[in-house]
Amino acid sequence: MKINKTEIVDTFAEAFEMWGARVIITADTKQWARAAAASMTGFATSVIRCKLEAAVECEVPEEDTPDRRPGISVLLFTMSKKTIAGQLIDRIGQCVMTCPTTACYNGLESDNTVVVGGKLRFFGDSYQISKQINGRRLWRIPVMEGEFLVDDSFGIQPAVGGGNLIIFGSRKSIALRASAAAASAMREVAGVFLPFPQGVVRSGSKVGSRYKALIASTNDAYCPTLRSVSADTVVPEKVEAIYEIVVDGLNEAAIIKAMQRGIYAAADKGATMISAGNYGGELGKYKFNLHEIVQ
Amino acid sequence: MSVALLKLHTQPDVPLEAEVVNPSTFAGLSETGIEHLKVMHGNVKAKLGDFFKVTGESDSAIHIEGDLSNVKMIGTGMSSGKITIDGNVGMHVGMGMSGGEIVVNGNAGDWVGPEMSGGRIVVKGNAGHMVGSAFRGQSSGIKGGEIFIYGDAKNEIGHAMRRGLIAIGGNAGDFTGVNMLAGTIIVMGELGIRTGAGMKRGTIVSFQDAPMLPSFEYSCTYHPLFLRFYLLRLQENGFTRKIQDQYISGKYKRYSGDGIELNRGEVLLFSRQ
Repeated sequence: MKINKTEIVDTFAEAFEMWGARVIITADTKQWARAAAASMTGFATSVIRCKLEAAVECEVPEEDTPDRRPGISVLLFTMSKKTIAGQLIDRIGQCVMTCPTTACYNGLESDNTVVVGGKLRFFGDSYQISKQINGRRLWRIPVMEGEFLVDDSFGIQPAVGGGNLIIFGSRKSIALRASAAAASAMREVAGVFLPFPQGVVRSGSKVGSRYKALIASTNDAYCPTLRSVSADTVVPEKVEAIYEIVVDGLNEAAIIKAMQRGIYAAADKGATMISAGNYGGELGKYKFNLHEIVQ
Repeated sequence: MSVALLKLHTQPDVPLEAEVVNPSTFAGLSETGIEHLKVMHGNVKAKLGDFFKVTGESDSAIHIEGDLSNVKMIGTGMSSGKITIDGNVGMHVGMGMSGGEIVVNGNAGDWVGPEMSGGRIVVKGNAGHMVGSAFRGQSSGIKGGEIFIYGDAKNEIGHAMRRGLIAIGGNAGDFTGVNMLAGTIIVMGELGIRTGAGMKRGTIVSFQDAPMLPSFEYSCTYHPLFLRFYLLRLQENGFTRKIQDQYISGKYKRYSGDGIELNRGEVLLFSRQ
């Protein structure tokens, strides 16, 4: 199958079940909200070593935030339900509570909830105040600037992690331009985020390693420098560089929509070929077939 | 939704205790069945039909017309549904209610919503003393729910309240939030004297300056972000004109007290500087 001159490989992206939360950060200005979000989503590219994947989902206009201030929506996913509360507590406590003028609210209605503000409140050393309004419980934690306001509980839900596209280019600049365009188009879909820097990964990984201590290692099949070395190489002769885009989402539909947009955007910018990463379909719960997505 | 309409045809000579006026009590009863419900007229047993003409049956809504200033305890123990009163209502409206809504298109007597734990009472006129208060001898007052008085209310608003929200669109009498344990009281007009006397925790807010007891100490002037949640909610619930933007985004003077108790309560007074 081809879109323009770009070949769409007949394969699928294999994705996994994760647990997700959505956090709304507000502040007196958009800049401070962004600063808190940037800090909170730092070192959150891959669960392989970061234990969490997170990124900004979108900016939230004042009229749509709980306290009518500029807001940022952040999505955070972990591999298990058990670990998400700890990550939220750590990251909100260390990255949002510390940031001037911010407040932090739950952005996901769900039957599954984890206590976050209810734990962070202890920072208030007994001076914290609980407020309940219209079914919502907030904690007011005194800080040097005034008060940090945070929801008692945050909703969590099963989510999908590891949707991906692999974008091939005849030159590095073309591959990168196509990948950046794809990432930009994918980020516009509500309910998804791209956890890597600007959404683009150059160090795609495979499961396992020749070194026993490692659970993942470089995806040699996609490394141009190993075309003549790796037995598994899939790098065509005229391809100079390959990038991957990893996409996590709150549900399958959002992932499909994002991948579809990404494929068309990358093709529009001259990608030689678009493929996807999988493990033979044996590891992940979800499979996103590229040909089905673009049809 | 079917509505039972009650029209007052005979004004009670002495207070009428009409705790049977409650959507759950009316549910499944015919007009005649509703008229035969027992009420106390002073110390004399009587029937609801002796005072009200009933039209229609109710599954969850009751509409009452007439001056009910002498009719007490309407909506006692109410857990769901809606009661609308076109006229004034007497004491103890919504006593012990845990859910549903009572709307009074008039004034209310003393003791609006005593022992309330949920639901909402809206009084579009003025209210008497002891709005959302504990009964004498009880250690705590309302444990939840919302009481919105669009006009003025008299003394001891939220006496010993433990949880919930009381909003007064006009002025408050003396001893607002006396012995308060927690919860929130917002007065858009002026507070009387001795506000928050004996309060342990909780929040009392006023848009006007107020005389503070010497056992309350000024802490700072700041933006209490949490207050936006309350003010935005009140804006959506009938206080639209009274909640101006300056009150949502402005600063408040924070007084901590009561120093003779835990000193964990607060009075927030809007700062015009």
